[in-house]
Amino acid sequence: MKPFALLLAGARDSLPMLVGAAPFGVIFGTLAVGAGLSAGATLAMSAFVFAGSSQFVAVSLIGAGAALPVIWLTTFVVNLRHALYSATLLPYARDWSARWRWPLAFWLTDETFAVVEHRFRSQGAAGGQWYQLGSSLAMYLNWFLWSVVGVWLGKAVPGLAGWGLDFAMVATFTAIVAPQLKKRPALAAAAAAGAVALLARGLPYKLDLMLAALVGVLAGVACERLAERRAAA
Amino acid sequence: MTIWLTIAGMALLTVLIRASFLVFGQRLSFPAWLNRALHYVPAAVLTALVVPMALAPQGTLDLSPANPYLVGTLVAGAVALLTRRTLLAIVVSFALYGALRWLG
Repeated sequence: MKPFALLLAGARDSLPMLVGAAPFGVIFGTLAVGAGLSAGATLAMSAFVFAGSSQFVAVSLIGAGAALPVIWLTTFVVNLRHALYSATLLPYARDWSARWRWPLAFWLTDETFAVVEHRFRSQGAAGGQWYQLGSSLAMYLNWFLWSVVGVWLGKAVPGLAGWGLDFAMVATFTAIVAPQLKKRPALAAAAAAGAVALLARGLPYKLDLMLAALVGVLAGVACERLAERRAAA
Repeated sequence: MTIWLTIAGMALLTVLIRASFLVFGQRLSFPAWLNRALHYVPAAVLTALVVPMALAPQGTLDLSPANPYLVGTLVAGAVALLTRRTLLAIVVSFALYGALRWLG
């Protein structure tokens, strides 16, 4: 396939992901404006960070007056899974030059990873950088444009934040997490993290979040190991 | 100005994580325990954000059925769990939350 055809194929195969990301882009823009970020800062976050879940978490932390190192540490922890994607794609990227690797790494989201990994595994990675570029650009423009819509909505409807838009964030996070809780270790992680977050709420610099996340992850790992040991016994 | 520093740091951290293996290659290795722990990060972080806001929206524990945050969160979780439709869960729970706020 020619580069341009591959580019289009990458964008086309990302279509369901584009539709899925759209409402979150709008909610992000609206919430960020409601949390007091300027339109410029909100759009800069979508343009330069380009990692939805960490952007949501950062906005809620900024709204709560968290300290800078806590926001950075949380961003690091929330986005660390992308290192896994980076490692998974490496074998397909053997003959890509650094000029390809840096931009494609910058645009590596959950969605693009899912699309390109599936393609490379099932059809090989010939011309894969063009295919991934197509998916990346589509996701990037989509995220930015829907963030703009969200900012516009947040500005056009004054006091939207006062309507309890903070609940939109709670609802969004809950709806993302709930289906994962069918698995017992994930349930243990969530229960432990939730309990610690509730008991430790109000710690300075929003350190309660880091503490709760740490305890939650440990509980999940412990539960998984326990189940393994039981299965082995 | 702090906001720009915040965003710059977030952007730098995120691109370095994403570039880790793709750009710096095999000089890195990903320990198995970390891989395992990462699975639980989303559930732990998101739940840690939700629970205090749902159970103690004003800072003190409020388990009454008149707490719209609590009712909304339970409904969002139930709809998402049963239908696996994230957006539906958000819309339904937000509408209910709005109604409770308006009534209360």
